[in-house]
Amino acid sequence: MLKIRRLTRPGIAPLDLDLAEGECISIGGPSGAGKSLMLRSIVDLDPNEGEVSLMGRARDAVPAPDWRRRVVYVPAEAGWWADRVETHFDDPALAAPLMMRLGLAADALDWQVARLSTGEKQRLAMVRAFLTSPQVMLLDEPTSGLDPEATAKVEAMLHERRGEGVAMVLITHDADQAARMATRHFQMNAGELSLVEQGQGAGPGTKRQGAGPGTKRQGAGQGTKGQGTKTP
Amino acid sequence: MNFITLSYWDIAVAGLLLMFNAGLSVAFQLGLEKRLLIAGTRMVVQLTMVGLVLKALFAVASPLFTSLAALAMVLFAVLEAMARQDRRFEGYWSYGIGTSAMMAAGLIVTVFGLTTQIHADPWYDPRYAIPILGMILGNTMNGVSLGLDRLVNGAHTERAGIEAQLMLGADIGRALQGVRSAAMRAGLTPIINSMAAAGLVSLPGMMTGQILAGVAPVEAVKYQILIIFLIAGGTGFGTFVAVISASRRLTDARQRLRLDRLRAKLND
Repeated sequence: MLKIRRLTRPGIAPLDLDLAEGECISIGGPSGAGKSLMLRSIVDLDPNEGEVSLMGRARDAVPAPDWRRRVVYVPAEAGWWADRVETHFDDPALAAPLMMRLGLAADALDWQVARLSTGEKQRLAMVRAFLTSPQVMLLDEPTSGLDPEATAKVEAMLHERRGEGVAMVLITHDADQAARMATRHFQMNAGELSLVEQGQGAGPGTKRQGAGPGTKRQGAGQGTKGQGTKTP
Repeated sequence: MNFITLSYWDIAVAGLLLMFNAGLSVAFQLGLEKRLLIAGTRMVVQLTMVGLVLKALFAVASPLFTSLAALAMVLFAVLEAMARQDRRFEGYWSYGIGTSAMMAAGLIVTVFGLTTQIHADPWYDPRYAIPILGMILGNTMNGVSLGLDRLVNGAHTERAGIEAQLMLGADIGRALQGVRSAAMRAGLTPIINSMAAAGLVSLPGMMTGQILAGVAPVEAVKYQILIIFLIAGGTGFGTFVAVISASRRLTDARQRLRLDRLRAKLND
């Protein structure tokens, strides 16, 4: 469905990636490794090279705004361009039911953006993205500011969308979440994207051992580089 | 026309006021005396030279020399406007945008005023062309520099909001709409304010000058109103050209926000 060939930009080594309909992949790796830059490149927010196509249609043949509605990027920190929450939705009436499903108060539409908490902002940004009816969602740590309950709600909604055929790329430092959501796991290190091999016994990156070196480990002496992610 | 010619002695006496200020600065250790004297001296030298240049220009009344003088004025205005920018475009884009905006606004409005209202003969007569161009450029320069500064800084500080709109499929025009109109407002506010206050708070300098030179007040006022219209037209047009071309330079064919085309802030 989404096909990426030799996508590159400063800080990112040329990478290939294919996403099937309804598929979700996860990307882990240390901060500053280029995960967000990669997603920005896919949606064409920065100059980049390579071929990207969706359903066989080349990105360059699609006007940029259309492309970004089909392949939507939800950054780790959402941007806001008006004081009131409501102004950020073309049709606030459509937003309200989604907001409630994600555990947000229905009257949050009347609030000022300035008084939103990190978690509220994150969920509102997710609602905004859902409303563009994307075919691919690029999610940059979508639940980093959420409690387990809210996280479960967001994940449930994402699962539902996958059922409808939406493909997803999920950047997460939470190995359990990666295991719950994604079928293939990748690792980004210094701009190099690599597949985390599965079925390597108790090797890192497998579902059971999700907290292995593929994720950020705190306090562990050996640092955060994933040994299980070497590519030949 | 009857006007009182000033002797050099008269000017020197007025200059005593500046010396008085410098004396105050010394007495109270304000450390301003040197700068006051340098600025005062610069003013005298620059204006004297301009007087001589104008005298020569008026005497030859040649289209070539008049246009050379006009060009020099535009370039000085661009340098001055660019000196006030915190962030500039990479390469010579800032100068290019500033020059084209001020050239377009200054020349079009000046020629329009000279040919259709003032009816100078010939229309490029430097006695009319140069002072009018000067007044238009001085104000256009302010509008252009305020507008560009607001646009570029606005795009920088509001990057997250602009890109959030792009990510949701807004086209770049809509995403930049807020900063663009703020930039136009910033460029035009001074001239709007000065129109609103004209005559009540301040007597415009040109009108004052004409009255001192013996022109009847009503005639001087008519001239002043014409000039303010020309100035407002030039400022609006120049700011528009500058803001639109700069916002085009801030984006590209794939509707990205290209802040990478800006240099880092100068005084960081």
